[in-house]
Amino acid sequence: MFQYTFHWRPILNALPDMLSGAWVTIQIAVLSMLIGTIAGVLLALARQSSNKILSGFATAWVEGARNTPALFQVYMVYFGLGSLGIHLDSYPSLLIGIAFNNAGYLAETFRGGLRAVPPTQMRAARSLGMSAPKAFVYVVLPQMFRIVFHPMTNQMVWAVLMTSLGVVVGLNTDLTGITQELNVKTFRTFEYFAAAAVIYYLISKVITLTARLIAWRVFRY
Amino acid sequence: MIEIRDVHKSFGQLEVVKGVSMSVAKGEVVSVIGGSGSGKSTLLMCINGLEPIQKGNIHVDGIDVHARGTDLNKLRRRIGIVFQQWNAFPHLSVIENVMLAPRKVLGLKRSEAEAIAEQRLKHVGLGEKLKVYPSQLSGGQQQRMAIARALAMSPDYMLFDEVTSALDPQLVGEVLETMRMLSSEGMTMIVVTHEIAFAREVSNRVAFFHSGRIREIGPPEQVIGSPQQAETITFLQSVL
Ligand SMILES: Nc1ncnc2c1ncn2[C@@H]1O[C@H](COP(=O)(O)OP(=O)(O)O)[C@@H](O)[C@H]1O
Ligand SMILES: [Mg+2]
Repeated sequence: MFQYTFHWRPILNALPDMLSGAWVTIQIAVLSMLIGTIAGVLLALARQSSNKILSGFATAWVEGARNTPALFQVYMVYFGLGSLGIHLDSYPSLLIGIAFNNAGYLAETFRGGLRAVPPTQMRAARSLGMSAPKAFVYVVLPQMFRIVFHPMTNQMVWAVLMTSLGVVVGLNTDLTGITQELNVKTFRTFEYFAAAAVIYYLISKVITLTARLIAWRVFRY
Repeated sequence: MIEIRDVHKSFGQLEVVKGVSMSVAKGEVVSVIGGSGSGKSTLLMCINGLEPIQKGNIHVDGIDVHARGTDLNKLRRRIGIVFQQWNAFPHLSVIENVMLAPRKVLGLKRSEAEAIAEQRLKHVGLGEKLKVYPSQLSGGQQQRMAIARALAMSPDYMLFDEVTSALDPQLVGEVLETMRMLSSEGMTMIVVTHEIAFAREVSNRVAFFHSGRIREIGPPEQVIGSPQQAETITFLQSVL
């Protein structure tokens, strides 16, 4: 029962492919985070809007993203939009699905962060003649990003892990996709997935450490 | 010139400014004294349009502050305001605090904004603190930085809202000194303050506020020296 022999050779042979898959994984995670951050800020603002349609739309997005499985969200982009006649490839489907999820979670984080910036900061900026958008971008947002930096780091790690959902919409170029293809061809399931797990773990750790470095460098006050 | 005519201002049902009229001429220093909650801060915020009014009007150099077409962002460049809580931008260094509005509002180049900021900061005695963050400054230094930040827009008017009230007693002097310097340079100022001796010294006129109205206004030797109204006398006794 405990006599499984772990084979190293297939892992070594597959490593170059897996690393190029890891690169695709990182790309998707970073892009989805950029899109999610921008959309998240807009959603956080939209939720405070007095325009009912705008705030309703934002609330629906946030609620949907946070209260349904991420798997379904990716599914909906690929198959749901497909049944409406909008056919997207695996890669953009996964990217949009994860960005949607990121935006929903980040919007809620940002909303809390914005509330933690004293309203007197906005007033001081406006009193210097800055327009509301300028005051928001140059005075309020930078302070918000410091407050929400740690939750954002968590979301970034989560985004990396969510990319593994690409396999359900047929993505075969990311780390999970490549691992799955190797598995199907050779059935060294344990070896390949163990190796992939280690790579995911390392990516996540590097993100956390890099974030700490950035925080130390940027938030000097 | 700032002309305030019969201004009424309410927060919901609560009327806090109840028909205030006064004018401040170029180069004049007017101090506003009065008990807490009498509407002094609210009036200052109405002057630069941070708060809307319900009745009356305020003109700054002939521009109707609360008229529909008035570009408040443009108007505010000419009216500096400094608050009791100095509101330093914590994520920016001292010089960046002062440079921000000249760059983003006036569109100056970095080097130009830097030159102005450095000049203003030296003027208020912070020439050694350009690169530090506000959190490393004392309250009095932060308040002087806030004054420099307002001055960087080269305003024609400066409004001060109890700028020394939140400071430790030993830090009050340096901020008053900065304001004294501005007044001697001819800056037009409205100074809301509890520092009666200071008001008496620098002001051309003193206005005493009581529950949303000006009860007494005139030269300091009159309003502070020989007040006529019972409320003024009571107030002065409570703060002196
Ligand atoms: N944003 C606001 N909303 C509601 N009430 C306010 C607001 N700001 C001030 N007030 C009220 O208006 C009155 C006058 O306040 P204020 O102008 O700050 O007085 P002062 O500066 O003379 O102490 C107070 O009763 C205060 O509670
Ligand atoms: Mg006040």
